[in-house]
Amino acid sequence: MTTLLGATGLHKSFGPTEALLGADFGIAAGEVVAVMGPSGSGKSTLLHCLAGIVRPDAGTVGYQGRDLFADTDAERTALRRTDFGFVFQFGQLVPELSCLENVALPLRLGGTRRKKAEAAAAEVMARLEVDDVAPKRPGEVSGGQGQRVAVARALVTAPKVIFADEPTGALDSLSGERVMRMLVTAAKEHDTAVVLVTHEARVAAYSDREAVVRDGRTRQQVTA
Amino acid sequence: MSIGHTLLGLLEEGPRHGYDLKRAYDERFGLDRPLHYGQVYATLARLLRNGLVAETGTEPGSGPERKSYAITDAGVTDVERWLATPEKPELYLQNTLYTKVVLALLSGRSAEDVLDTQRSAHLATMRKLTTRKTNGDLADALICDHALFHLEADLRWLELTAARLGELAKEVAE
Ligand SMILES: Nc1ncnc2c1ncn2[C@@H]1O[C@H](COP(=O)(O)OP(=O)(O)OP(=O)(O)O)[C@@H](O)[C@H]1O
Ligand SMILES: [Mg+2]
Repeated sequence: MTTLLGATGLHKSFGPTEALLGADFGIAAGEVVAVMGPSGSGKSTLLHCLAGIVRPDAGTVGYQGRDLFADTDAERTALRRTDFGFVFQFGQLVPELSCLENVALPLRLGGTRRKKAEAAAAEVMARLEVDDVAPKRPGEVSGGQGQRVAVARALVTAPKVIFADEPTGALDSLSGERVMRMLVTAAKEHDTAVVLVTHEARVAAYSDREAVVRDGRTRQQVTA
Repeated sequence: MSIGHTLLGLLEEGPRHGYDLKRAYDERFGLDRPLHYGQVYATLARLLRNGLVAETGTEPGSGPERKSYAITDAGVTDVERWLATPEKPELYLQNTLYTKVVLALLSGRSAEDVLDTQRSAHLATMRKLTTRKTNGDLADALICDHALFHLEADLRWLELTAARLGELAKEVAE
């Protein structure tokens, strides 16, 4: 396995709370890895470190051979916009924008012209079967539709890595299945790696393998 | 699983030959275990004896595959009764898993290790089911989902048990 994104010996404390205590992780292009473990074990913290959002106290995160935290903040922000996509449990769409504008947003922030960005957004939304809600605001669509809009937004830049933290957590089983199926299909078609934090085994069953976090350490880090 | 009731249910759509019946069964319900001809004909013979099906015609030649069967009124009543009766809730793996977790804790071993090992085995099976579901038709999806939910329930119960007993063990140690 060639590691696309990897971390070794991550430590992170929030005040007296030790969230990560030497976590290791690695993921290859096109691979879907489920990050599992009890509540408070450090899954989200691990994901945030891997995505360059939270700086670890110790340890390194490497992406395509470069040390993520050796970069400047501006470089990391730019990298997140071009190479990474994010899906969270809720509250991630901008309420004032239409669903189409939300999906187009990452491209617009990268400097793509409106027409082109919205055409690309419409295409991804069609793939996720939410083209019908394009003109609506996020407040006017169902939870499942909103989540698929969020997945569309994460996919629109054709990222190398998607970080998904409980992407199906707020959804019923059927909507959750659809989100997972579409996330995984997109990942396999475009060789996108997916770091999938979930506590649901049925959702984790869409992954290629699992990494279990317990007390800030990763276990069963099986290398494919 | 009651093969007799299932065959009766399939005959409600209309009379069929034994061979057609087997094929219809395998297509819809035989994902894991297609029926043997022997099972089909033995079951049909029993249904015939009990008046739940009737022979509706025999094509030239001999052998049960030439015969066509239709469901009787008694057969329809029997299917209805079967559908209206709940299945006994099954206990699956709880006993063994519970024993393992408790024994691990009693012997000072890690219940979490038991959990991790079991989770990874469960997930391996669940991945296969998910692949089959993704590539299959609606019938595949329904059958696989049933297994997936049960396997997930095993894991959730195991996680809760390990957490509960873990806390209990800590209290006892203090
Ligand atoms: N920004 C923060 N400030 C203070 N403490 C934090 C912060 N983020 C996380 N923590 C603490 O770090 C530990 C790990 O948190 P984290 O969110 O990574 O867990 P998790 O595995 O994602 O849990 P969950 O399954 O509940 O989402 C917890 O004890 C949490 O309270
Ligand atoms: Mg979390």
